[in-house]
Amino acid sequence: MSDSQVAVHGAAEAAHHEHPPYQRHHFETYAQQNDATNFAMWLFLLTEIMFFGGLFTAYLIYRNWYYPAFVEASHQLNIFWGTANTAVLITSSFTMAMGVWSAEMKKKGALVLCLVITFILGLAFLGIKTIEYKEKIDKHHVPGFHYSMQSFLNPQSDPEVYKEYHDPALPVDMARHTELYFFLYFAMTGMHALHMIIGIAILGFMIFRARAGAYTTGHVTFVENFGLYWHFVDIIWIYLFPLLYLISRH
Amino acid sequence: MKQHEEDSIEAHESHHHVVSPVVYLTIVLALLVATGLTVWASYIDLGEWHIAPGITLFWNPVVALAIAATKMILVVLFFMHVKYSTKLTQLTVGAGLFTFFILVGMTLSDYFSRAWGRW
Amino acid sequence: MSSSTIVSLPDQSTARIPKMNFISKEKGLLSWLLTGDHKRIAILYLVSITFFFFIGGALAGLIRLELLTPQSDLMATDTYNKVFTMHGIIMIFFFLVPSVPATLGNFFIPMMIGAKDLALPKINLLSWYLYLAAGALALYAMMSGGVDTGWTFTTPLSTHYLNTNVITTGIAIFIAGFSSIFTGLNFIVTIHKMRCPGMTWFRLPLFVWANYAASILMVLGTPVLAITLVLVVLERTAGIGVFDPTKGGDPLLFQHLFWFYSHPAVYIMILPGMGVISETISTFSRKRVFGYTAVAFSSVAIAVFGFFVWAHHMFIMGISNYSMLVFSLLTMLVAVPSAIKIFNWAFTLYKGSITFETPMLYTFGFMGLFTIGGLTGVFLGTSGTDIHLTETYFIVAHFHFVMVGGMLMAFLAGVHFWWPKMTGRMYPEKISQLAAIVTFIGFNFTFFPQFILGTLGMPRRYATYPPEFQVLNVFSTAGATILGVGYLLPLLYLTWSLRYGEIAGENPWQATGLEWQTQSPPLTENFPAIPIMDHEAYDYEWLDTQTQKEVTSVG
Repeated sequence: MSDSQVAVHGAAEAAHHEHPPYQRHHFETYAQQNDATNFAMWLFLLTEIMFFGGLFTAYLIYRNWYYPAFVEASHQLNIFWGTANTAVLITSSFTMAMGVWSAEMKKKGALVLCLVITFILGLAFLGIKTIEYKEKIDKHHVPGFHYSMQSFLNPQSDPEVYKEYHDPALPVDMARHTELYFFLYFAMTGMHALHMIIGIAILGFMIFRARAGAYTTGHVTFVENFGLYWHFVDIIWIYLFPLLYLISRH
Repeated sequence: MKQHEEDSIEAHESHHHVVSPVVYLTIVLALLVATGLTVWASYIDLGEWHIAPGITLFWNPVVALAIAATKMILVVLFFMHVKYSTKLTQLTVGAGLFTFFILVGMTLSDYFSRAWGRW
Repeated sequence: MSSSTIVSLPDQSTARIPKMNFISKEKGLLSWLLTGDHKRIAILYLVSITFFFFIGGALAGLIRLELLTPQSDLMATDTYNKVFTMHGIIMIFFFLVPSVPATLGNFFIPMMIGAKDLALPKINLLSWYLYLAAGALALYAMMSGGVDTGWTFTTPLSTHYLNTNVITTGIAIFIAGFSSIFTGLNFIVTIHKMRCPGMTWFRLPLFVWANYAASILMVLGTPVLAITLVLVVLERTAGIGVFDPTKGGDPLLFQHLFWFYSHPAVYIMILPGMGVISETISTFSRKRVFGYTAVAFSSVAIAVFGFFVWAHHMFIMGISNYSMLVFSLLTMLVAVPSAIKIFNWAFTLYKGSITFETPMLYTFGFMGLFTIGGLTGVFLGTSGTDIHLTETYFIVAHFHFVMVGGMLMAFLAGVHFWWPKMTGRMYPEKISQLAAIVTFIGFNFTFFPQFILGTLGMPRRYATYPPEFQVLNVFSTAGATILGVGYLLPLLYLTWSLRYGEIAGENPWQATGLEWQTQSPPLTENFPAIPIMDHEAYDYEWLDTQTQKEVTSVG
């Protein structure tokens, strides 16, 4: 059985070696390629979950151990900027999803518009982050770089924050642990920002290709899979925001 | 003909349900409302639950995490199309979350149980 | 002793290597360096890991030489620390972890499932380049001052008390980790999405199941190692305090995060080797693997349970008593699937037609040595005895039994088993059998005394030791010399066989499996046409019908 059927199969294959130009040779069908690359992107996101997992573990332990330090240190974060950033990122997720829809509906103009808005919102997020980081640097709240506990040993020396929260002065031991909070702040938001930067760079590339019509001829995989990445980065922020900014504002 | 069979099987798997923009709009509005909600909740002391001597549950972080989890679920199901995906994709997401919780949960269990002292 | 053999080679006077194969298809260095062909990448990996293996082996030789005498006379104790650290890092990250997956897995998984290539060929090539970059960085770290933390980078030693190349090595392992992740990711996608028609999950060779399970571990576990290394580097450079008690950090957090990966890592290392054993034990007993489903599911069970036991490396480090209890219990559980596999392989042998070609010799070696290594793991998983045995030579012996006696033997079994398929040529049988036996003898002489040393109380990672331990150490070093010979021999005769080995033909072992139903070396696209799988795995009756048909149709 096998010999003859194999031969026929071979001949039939040679006869119609037609497949879309964007289908790679080692795949049998375009659907298989789509399935495979989509699944691959999900697996990559799994690695990202576990990568951030280590940081979340560290955060949960130290927040539990040094709660007063974490509360007071979190008051140093500006809730206006934090909320604004959250809104920006959520909206960018929306525009990204709309981008995928536009690609699926083969609407080139809509796709480019959505990608551009997502790009701009991403930059806005990074811009706000820069403002926040600059503030931390100015106040010497960067661990390892002339870190200063003054705002926590003597909260009245920091009138902006004291006006809002009237925090008690921390004992020296506990004040020292605010450095851990800021390490986690910078590590988690920094890692997140790094992923944003990579995402924005790829978005730039995609806008360029989208204008050339690469994604509106039936081959939407790249946009779709990038969308998954972008939404994932959004989800990370969805957790970072309450954990870092909203520990206790009452 | 074998090719067609395969095609239809493959096609069924990635049947490409196109999610409508109305759904996306609803979800993004829900997410923004949830964000406002979680900020508002952080300004209120929601109290605690004394489960047993020495074990207290504070409601603020529980509420904050619950809202965050809801937002995540909305993004995963609708923006990332998991609601319309194959069982394999859903299983993959589940596996990732499960392993994440093992890491966090079992590590934290060591830290929590240290306070219990010796036997 | 009867010299029955199942080897069946074509008539050497007329046999030729097929003109069109994956090696001859394209010529030139760039065609290799920019290839997407999983078989070429496998060969590239094979050469690279062999290179690193011999560097790691040389370091092992230095360790054993130093330990000939109780004093630290060959090298300073600091240098000794660097030697065993680099030995561990190179052997684990640059040899054992990629050994079977990146070479045999890369080469044969697509063939075994009837596909033309892996799902993501470019990612596969990237994986190899990341491996090379990581290896180069690690070698640079080694030569520009070394690392002396032990491969486990325990804090706060690695973050606060040493000024060796911790950061460089940390970055090297970070990169190597991504090489591993991409390989695993590729395998999972390929196995799910690219099986040929008729290839259901339960018709897959058990080699595929084993690599699938290992790949899950690679994808889910390795990223945690990555973030851990990032934290160590940050701690060293910026002094952020995450592992620093003076700033409120916990050094034990490092260990939790490190071992969360490094325990699954040992299963990443052993599972593909177990996959090889399933193949060889079946072929050389001419019998389907007993309890296919049990062996397949136990691979996945090992992968899942492997995530639940990591703190058994931390029993003496300060975890709570309750954690000790829980992790010790779970460790007992994880031993069960491995034991199931050993039982099933043993039952495969029962009433089989056993022959003793080289791959089978390595397989028998594996069965015995891995069992001993695994059983000693039970002593270590029991927290009570672990308190006495941990950080002694008992541990060293335990993991060398499972990794060298187990994994390395399995790797050699696989290399010999599939050598004719990859190269089209057979290796010389007599000398290879000799090498296998020499390796087995050398191994036992090297590592068995170390169990005794451990129970007597000799600590690990020490360049000096009390004189009463010298006799056993000399024994161990003598064994290491024999072992070294046993490993050098394959390097020599396998290279020799590339030019002078007998032509192997399609199926010299008369094995089942799709990779044996096509030419050796294979075509670039693996098969002339996509195969259709219409029989169960290890179906020797189907193979007989095939052979009969071939014979009749020639006439």
